[in-house]
Amino acid sequence: MTFNIKGVIKQFIPWMVPFLLIIFWQIFSYFNLIPERVLPAPVDVVRAAVTLFSTGELIEHISISLWRAIAGFLIGGSIGFLLGLFNGISRYSELLFDTSIQMLRNIPHLALIPLVILWFGIDEFSKIFLVALSVLFPIYINTFHGIKSVDKGLIEMGQAYGLKGKSLFFAIIFPGAMSSIFVGIRFSLGVMWLTLIVAETISTHSGIGFMAMNAREFMQMDVIVLSIVLYALFGKLSDMIAKFFEGKLLRWDI
Amino acid sequence: MTVTHILLEGVKKSYSDTPVLKGINLRIQKGEFVAIVGQSGCGKSTLLRLLAGLESQDKGFIQMDDEPLTALNKKARIMFQDGRLLPWKRVIDNICIGLTKEKRPKAVEALANVGLTDKMYEWPRQLSGGQKQRVALARALVHDPDLLLLDEPLGALDALTRIEMQALVESLWRKNHFTSILVTHDVEEAVAISDRVVLIENGVISWNQPIHLPRPRRRTDPTFSTYVKDILDQIMGRTTPSTYGLNHAKTVDKTS
Repeated sequence: MTFNIKGVIKQFIPWMVPFLLIIFWQIFSYFNLIPERVLPAPVDVVRAAVTLFSTGELIEHISISLWRAIAGFLIGGSIGFLLGLFNGISRYSELLFDTSIQMLRNIPHLALIPLVILWFGIDEFSKIFLVALSVLFPIYINTFHGIKSVDKGLIEMGQAYGLKGKSLFFAIIFPGAMSSIFVGIRFSLGVMWLTLIVAETISTHSGIGFMAMNAREFMQMDVIVLSIVLYALFGKLSDMIAKFFEGKLLRWDI
Repeated sequence: MTVTHILLEGVKKSYSDTPVLKGINLRIQKGEFVAIVGQSGCGKSTLLRLLAGLESQDKGFIQMDDEPLTALNKKARIMFQDGRLLPWKRVIDNICIGLTKEKRPKAVEALANVGLTDKMYEWPRQLSGGQKQRVALARALVHDPDLLLLDEPLGALDALTRIEMQALVESLWRKNHFTSILVTHDVEEAVAISDRVVLIENGVISWNQPIHLPRPRRRTDPTFSTYVKDILDQIMGRTTPSTYGLNHAKTVDKTS
């Protein structure tokens, strides 16, 4: 069973650095080498998490943040994917839309926050709008690029073997663009969390970002750190999910 | 009895004002195995692409079974030098490209014909170069083409695998009676496998050499070597240093 032990060790190696970091953090805090006002001890952060969990507050904030993230991702991702698809397949669609999309892409989307607040207020729609806007472009560009860079030789082969239209797309073009689309998805997941954090700290009454800003007013350092840790965990989790699907769908490439 | 299967008359093709084919006249009989040789850039691959209907000629006409060839040639299947297997489909699914679902048993049979039944569910990346080309061959033959077009399919293989593949192509051709056109730069391969070697130089057919050797052919046969030597002399003789540069300035490398 030696190979199994090796496998288990391999599973743990990536977690060693964060684990050791927390251990040292706890030790330094315990001996007051890190003042509590600068950074609370890990134990205090866990305690804060337990307290907020027991009141139901934590779950509420997490679920509202997750809902915003998922809704924004699905809306923006679908639009970006479809635009990338059309512009990748049709030369005329590319001519018509690509320049405009590239112009919009170069506007830092967070610069739109004042405008978005004036347009949509500070309710759910404005947050989802910002998240959708942020994930749209990375997915657009990578889908577009993926479709454009499918091996022309394979497309020609498909045509010579009688594939055209839909069958050509599903047998060759889409699978050929898949790995590039996944790059776009994983990249956009990072931008998604970033946008959500900023949107939630600026204008909201709920969510993990609000929890952090609210805690700042009461100097609850442990809650602030908890929010940051939550973002890190969710970021990692979403990347793991993307990687899982990538592994499933790109099995042939491993 | 000989039946004209494919007829080319005055076929011309240019790429952005550079003439590649300058008037090809060729008649191919049903069931014939023709090898087209020539230096790279002579237009031999272009000719094959025209016959597959992947491109169309600028002038002249191409006829197959008394019908002019205008669009994709559905009676022909082409096999490329680089195999062009889809990396995201398993071996069997690669063979099934362009086939309806109920014809899957035929794909299994085609795979058996090239001796790769045990690789049915592997990914293309798990195969060797020779195995990939066998799969590509099975994929071409599963459609029962009247015409098999081979675009230097063995060019990238090592010498031993090559000879093995030549024998396989030959045996499948003898069994299934399709017409076959092989583009190659390897004269020995052309003599080993074909009924007739056609030499293309500067965009025209400059030489036509029927090979009268019994099959299976032995490379050690003195007549075999004479054929190879004659054809090589023909190729080399025409490209004297004085015209060499000129010829190349006029032609475009379309083989890759």
